[in-house]
Amino acid sequence: MRNALPILTVLVAILAIWYVAVAPMNIRVALDQAQRDGAALQPATALERQEVSVWALMLNNPAQIVGTYAMERPRLPTPGQVAVELWNTTAEMALNGRAMSKRSLLYHGWITLQSTLWGFALGTTLGILGAVAIVYSRVVDMSLMPWAIISQTVPIVALAPMIIVVSSQLGITDRTVPKAIISAYLCYFPVLVGMVKGLRSPAHAQLDLLQTYNASGFQAFLKLRLPASVPYLFTSLKVGIAAALVGTIVGELPTGAISGLGARILIGDQFGTPLAIWAALVAAAVLAGALVTLLDLAQRITLKRMGMQA
Amino acid sequence: MIRPPAASQYCGQQETTDVTHQPVISAKGLDLTFQTGDGPVHALRDVSLDIERGDFVSFIGPSGCGKTTFLRVMADLEQPTAGQITVNGTSPEAARKARAYGYVFQAAGLYPWRTIGGNIRLPLEIMGYSRADQDARVARVLELVELGGFEKKYPWQLSGGMQQRASIARALAFDADILLMDEPFGALDEIVRDHLNEQLLKLWDRTNKTICFVTHSIPEAVYLSTKIVVMSPRPGRITDVIDSPLPRERPLEIRDSPEFIQIAHRVRDGLRAGHAYDD
Ligand SMILES: Nc1ncnc2c1ncn2[C@@H]1O[C@H](COP(=O)(O)OP(=O)(O)O)[C@@H](O)[C@H]1O
Ligand SMILES: [Mg+2]
Repeated sequence: MRNALPILTVLVAILAIWYVAVAPMNIRVALDQAQRDGAALQPATALERQEVSVWALMLNNPAQIVGTYAMERPRLPTPGQVAVELWNTTAEMALNGRAMSKRSLLYHGWITLQSTLWGFALGTTLGILGAVAIVYSRVVDMSLMPWAIISQTVPIVALAPMIIVVSSQLGITDRTVPKAIISAYLCYFPVLVGMVKGLRSPAHAQLDLLQTYNASGFQAFLKLRLPASVPYLFTSLKVGIAAALVGTIVGELPTGAISGLGARILIGDQFGTPLAIWAALVAAAVLAGALVTLLDLAQRITLKRMGMQA
Repeated sequence: MIRPPAASQYCGQQETTDVTHQPVISAKGLDLTFQTGDGPVHALRDVSLDIERGDFVSFIGPSGCGKTTFLRVMADLEQPTAGQITVNGTSPEAARKARAYGYVFQAAGLYPWRTIGGNIRLPLEIMGYSRADQDARVARVLELVELGGFEKKYPWQLSGGMQQRASIARALAFDADILLMDEPFGALDEIVRDHLNEQLLKLWDRTNKTICFVTHSIPEAVYLSTKIVVMSPRPGRITDVIDSPLPRERPLEIRDSPEFIQIAHRVRDGLRAGHAYDD
């Protein structure tokens, strides 16, 4: 609860800036619309208005400002419009028993969530296995680590279509598979880096102590390195799941996808329905927030049960 | 008055008369040089020492004189560059693999995710003791270091002194008859330290272990030891070995006795001589 106030303050500030930005963002389109409806404007034609700044347009046509907040196809919708669109495409549809309809964001969110979780599971597994290999083998450390870093410098938007093309070439028709691979590609890296750090976190004296017990390498891993890495693991899992979600959405952008939040964003762009884009964006943000919060909770519970105050 | 480090010679005579009477730890002409970026560091130079079963040996000297290094050589955590050392009549490596010693580090180093009981159980789990045996041993050593009732507490719930006692209990939990302790009370205040010293003496008396104890406190060394080894740095070497005439039974007040003060004097002289060499 103590954290709620600063978070709310920031949220209110963002909403305020957003709200204020609506008028200048929409004024041109609103004036074009008003001109078609026969209103007297200053300047009168769209061509003339091209030469005038949005600020001057707002000053000269104050009566039209109110219209910028209630447009059907705004450049920038108001927070309220987005909220209504979000409500109409989620809760309202769910209440009418159409939660899994193709027009429902719940359906698209569920598609995205599935790929994200598959990618997260795959990426986390690869990240942890890679970290163990790196910590226990100098050769792997020298050979794998540079490639892991290089892999993250390749722009994912360039790579995503290739992964999709290759997987369809291989006869994989389920779109979930390439999406999960793209998602895992982004997700494994923070897990790898965090786990390497965590597995290497025990002090020298702690490893010496195990040596005095003549403990095997596997015992040292199980009793010392693995538990010591848990706080690091959770921190990177939180970064990893957000990256996995971004990966899935990027995987939904290339043409061909018709379901998922990424596809909604693309389709909204193609059909000129900005409200749909914004609703999908907010839905993606809410989904990311929920996933990270869930992991944060898991972290608190785990560390508390392990006796380590988080 | 200062005897040269010829303890090995003295013990060697005993060996010829009694073959079963073997020193627990025997070092002869030990050298250890660390190769560092700034050139070689002579951590140990021609170190010879015999430690008898049941001895309480303190190593004292200014920091950097090789006390920790010597202890780590005994524990097979460091390899000497020359000379011989045996532990329980075997190589340090064989002794380590036979779990012949318990090592107490300067920092307690308890695992934060394990309770005190769980920390003491750690070596027992690794060494494959049965669950019932583990429980019995944890209870016994917790009593021994006066931490009964703290088994279920986590390390952060204990004071520094209690944590260090738990780490000693951890080293006592399995059947090693040698205890290697590297400044275990170095970070504690004097009152706690006095109390722990008293406890440690009682524990040594009851368990009849051989204890090697690193310190840089003269009163601590004199109060605890049957044998005091004075060392000096650059290169790290033994400058004096003092066999204490104090009785095994030692109340804290013994520190005001003339014998105690006399030994403390000799230790101080030994430390000063080492430093004179340095300048
Ligand atoms: N691993 C190491 N590498 C290089 N030099 C070391 C290492 N360990 C100890 N030394 C050096 O060896 C000397 C003796 O160190 P140490 O045994 O720790 O002394 P003490 O415990 O008496 O303070 C010091 O000069 C120290 O810097
Ligand atoms: Mg030291």
